[in-house]
Amino acid sequence: MTFTIPIDNGDSVKTAEADSQRTLYPYVTGTSIVAIKYKDGVLMASDMGGSYGSTLRYKNIERMKAIGKHSLLGASGEISDFQEILRYLDELVLNDNMWDDGNSLGPKEVHNYLTRVMYNRRNKFNPLWNTLVLGGVKNGESYLGMVSMIGVSFEDNHVATGFGNHLARPILRDEWRADLSFEDGVKLLEKCMRVLLYRDRSAINKLQIAKITEEGVTVSQPYSLKTFWEFKAFNNPTAGAEGSW
Amino acid sequence: MDLNLDAPHSMGTTIIGVTYNGGVVLGADSRTSTGMYVANRASDKITQLTDNVYVCRSGSAADSQVVSDYVRYFLHQHTIQLGQPATVKVSANLIRMLAYNNKNMLQTGLIVGGWDKYEGGKIYGIPLGGTVVEQPFAIGGSGSSYLYGFFDQAWKENMTKEEAEQLVVKAVSLAIARDGASGGVVRTVIINSEGVTRNFYPGDKLQLWHEELEPQNSLLDILNAASPEPMAM
Repeated sequence: MTFTIPIDNGDSVKTAEADSQRTLYPYVTGTSIVAIKYKDGVLMASDMGGSYGSTLRYKNIERMKAIGKHSLLGASGEISDFQEILRYLDELVLNDNMWDDGNSLGPKEVHNYLTRVMYNRRNKFNPLWNTLVLGGVKNGESYLGMVSMIGVSFEDNHVATGFGNHLARPILRDEWRADLSFEDGVKLLEKCMRVLLYRDRSAINKLQIAKITEEGVTVSQPYSLKTFWEFKAFNNPTAGAEGSW
Repeated sequence: MDLNLDAPHSMGTTIIGVTYNGGVVLGADSRTSTGMYVANRASDKITQLTDNVYVCRSGSAADSQVVSDYVRYFLHQHTIQLGQPATVKVSANLIRMLAYNNKNMLQTGLIVGGWDKYEGGKIYGIPLGGTVVEQPFAIGGSGSSYLYGFFDQAWKENMTKEEAEQLVVKAVSLAIARDGASGGVVRTVIINSEGVTRNFYPGDKLQLWHEELEPQNSLLDILNAASPEPMAM
């Protein structure tokens, strides 16, 4: 039983004996993020759920946040680690502003920073348990990338995390085009989110869609999607074979 | 049935924090168990951090006590430096700091509630892992599993102080009825601009639920009451 002395260095309380830390498993988790590039920039969608194991415990969690003037970060996975990443990025943006040189961090830079953070934590066997989606627009160039908890990082025209990998990406591969309008982009994302709502147990019917263009970042108000249950086959599915499902 | 008296003290618990029009009401049961044995049947799980901020503790009794002790200490110094009462947000953030940075070692879920002049009454939930979630109401502990449906139906915005306290007492009482790890009395703490009020509701002051019977002194009283005697009006 060792007595540990807290050292307050302003940011966090560390113990005198540096305990070998490792995140073993996530507690409060967010499910899929889906994002696409479109004509004027990037669109990203996520629901507002925070699951605690199988319980849909929190229903008002914002999993997409603006970073600086040009980027939007969406996260799935452990929410406490996402909150910590936002603190790191806050410091990054603050230091960038303090230079007061007219420059501002763009999505490429933020994505690179996050990749380094995630990969280095992975090397220490203490990952931040998130899959991050970073989208942004700077100087007319749209950018969309992803970093996983093991530091795998890449850019693409459309990305998805978690269940979205399996359910949304096939839809996006089929229906995405470079010149999508805002309306078509939103409809495409909503198609993906609806499928996720039907088929992902940890999805909830309360979502937000965020838009990043040269003008800036906007996150929509929370809203719900209508779902369809009127297939005839849904009415009496076991009529001919009692006990089946 | 193995009592396992060496098991760590854990507060199975039901804890609740609810905002109302003017402040917050915090509520909790009073059972602390060591394995299957009830080590303390009248614990106080609603702990003071500052004059205006309290925390409901659940999970490991030791972990939640030591975390709240540290935060009380930090907040005390912070209040002196700041020259005015600490805000609920700062209190919640200090708890988060300890909960997040020691996530591998701690097993405690906390609900921070209080009143400050900037934001009024606020409730912050801090579950395992160290996530902070500001909520209009929060539930925690093992007994909370039985309350999700209840709150989905019974919660409404802008309740009065009396409505809020009644809701909390009812909820803790319902959880105690079904959760073996929760029990004892219902304690509430009401915090608003005027100050702090502590209340205590022993089992016999609570409403009876399904399959619960009116407590008696003895079977003999029942038998005597049943025999044909003229009813005294």
